[in-house]
Amino acid sequence: MASPLTTIKPTAKEAPPRDGQSKPREAIFQLDNVTVSYGDKPAVHDVTFDIARNEITALIGPSGCGKSTLIRCLNRMNDLISSARVEGTVAFHGQDLYSSEVDAVEVRKRIGMVFQKPNPFPKSIYDNIAFGPRVLGVKGDMDEIVERALRHAAVWDEVKDRLKTNAFGMSGGQQQRLCIARCLAVEPDVILMDEPCSALDPISTGKIEDLMIDLKRDYSIVIVTHNMQQAARVSDKTAFFTVTPDDRVGTLVEFDDTETVFTNPTDPRTEAYVTGKVG
Amino acid sequence: MKASRTQAAKDLAFRLALLACLAIAIGLLVLLLVDVALDGTGTLTWDFVNNFTSISADKAGIQAGLWGTIWLMGVCAFFIVPVGVATAIYLEEYADPTKWWNRLIELNIQNLAAVPSIVYGILGLAFLVRGPLHLGNVVLAGGLTLGLLVLPMVIIAGREALRAVPSSIREGSMALGATQWQTIWRQVLPAAVPGIATGVILALSRAIGETAPLIVVGAVAVIAFNPEGLDSQFTAMPIQIFDWISRASNDINDYRPLAAAGILLLMILLLAMNSVAIWLRNRYEQKW
Repeated sequence: MASPLTTIKPTAKEAPPRDGQSKPREAIFQLDNVTVSYGDKPAVHDVTFDIARNEITALIGPSGCGKSTLIRCLNRMNDLISSARVEGTVAFHGQDLYSSEVDAVEVRKRIGMVFQKPNPFPKSIYDNIAFGPRVLGVKGDMDEIVERALRHAAVWDEVKDRLKTNAFGMSGGQQQRLCIARCLAVEPDVILMDEPCSALDPISTGKIEDLMIDLKRDYSIVIVTHNMQQAARVSDKTAFFTVTPDDRVGTLVEFDDTETVFTNPTDPRTEAYVTGKVG
Repeated sequence: MKASRTQAAKDLAFRLALLACLAIAIGLLVLLLVDVALDGTGTLTWDFVNNFTSISADKAGIQAGLWGTIWLMGVCAFFIVPVGVATAIYLEEYADPTKWWNRLIELNIQNLAAVPSIVYGILGLAFLVRGPLHLGNVVLAGGLTLGLLVLPMVIIAGREALRAVPSSIREGSMALGATQWQTIWRQVLPAAVPGIATGVILALSRAIGETAPLIVVGAVAVIAFNPEGLDSQFTAMPIQIFDWISRASNDINDYRPLAAAGILLLMILLLAMNSVAIWLRNRYEQKW
């Protein structure tokens, strides 16, 4: 599989800093006038911003603002929906993810995803982790790969004595950390998280938030969340989306450092949302 | 108060009417089973299972029919499992339901499940026994004909089993960089196996009792040997039973207990297969 993606080193391209961004870091994703439509109806319209490396970028906004649609563009999960269409450019390390020579399967090897509801496979804990490396043909000590991934996702101590038991026997929070571990086992560059804590209790949520902060040393993380406190707690950058009232299309309102978005937003719509007046 | 009493009486009457209808269905089945059991149990012995059919009723047995049926089911299963599962995978995982040709295929498979079995017999006769393939009236042709007959059942059951696997499993697998085929082969299909196996067994238990298509494709009624291969002539249990019923019985040779014993044996096989199917479903079906 001679995809261009496999030849790009993470440091291959320095992104030019954009105007209006306080701390220019290397951009891992550059979105340029991105519009995603289902059939004829756009779900999110004309989005332009950069996602930086080794940071946590939060996408927030009310239901229907297109944040989940947008995050699914970043690893081409939208390809699975036949009516979905992406316009504009989504560049990953400078490579347009939607250009014809890019293979979606290669993209997903590099850009992992954790879903809203924990979705372990109906297999043992061990096989859940080993599945990714196996399908990618990774050679090496599988026991070690599994242990490393589970340790990295802070779930090893809880499951080390029952690796061969079915993953469905774990609690919801453990299942979600298993899904994160499963994602880490294929060593992606980026982890996309689509409301990873919305099905979890506060204690499990706290563990996952700690884990995210831990993981950003090695990974870039993009998280969609409904929980504004969560965005404020964990993210470095925040993108606020809203739905235009007339045509029900999602748009990017504001993108900045999380602190700025929450304490000193420039757009009144952002202020109304983060202070809880609407939404 | 009075009104409510009439309501209660109506309610009771309606319930009794429903019970009466149920009793008709159950009663007839029980009557049939008891009648067959009374006629057949005396004849259903090891000798009956082990003997070939004969002109003298007290020496006749069903061995050729039993082995013929086993061969037919083997051929049938070998045919319907790969073809049925592959079709189900295509329709469920790859076909775009917004395209008219896929909807047409889907509609036709539903229709095929309702086509009378004699029509499949004629199809088998025209295309397998004679015609392009010209296999002759052999086990292979009989098994394939039965396979064609129950294939729609397997496809429909297979699709249901695949659909029961939640899309979150497919997404989880694809998000790790697995291809669509790896996702289907290593995640979706293993999770659907219990449902598919149940469907296959139920399809076989439909095929095991089929008589008409086998008569059309030339199963031989009076035969004193077991099939030795796919190119052997054959009989089957329902054919054998039909033959015994249609013979004229007299004081010396009474073939009716033979038919009853054959029916009993067929029923035992059928119930055993259905029990396995139910057990499989309860034991291995994945709760999501």
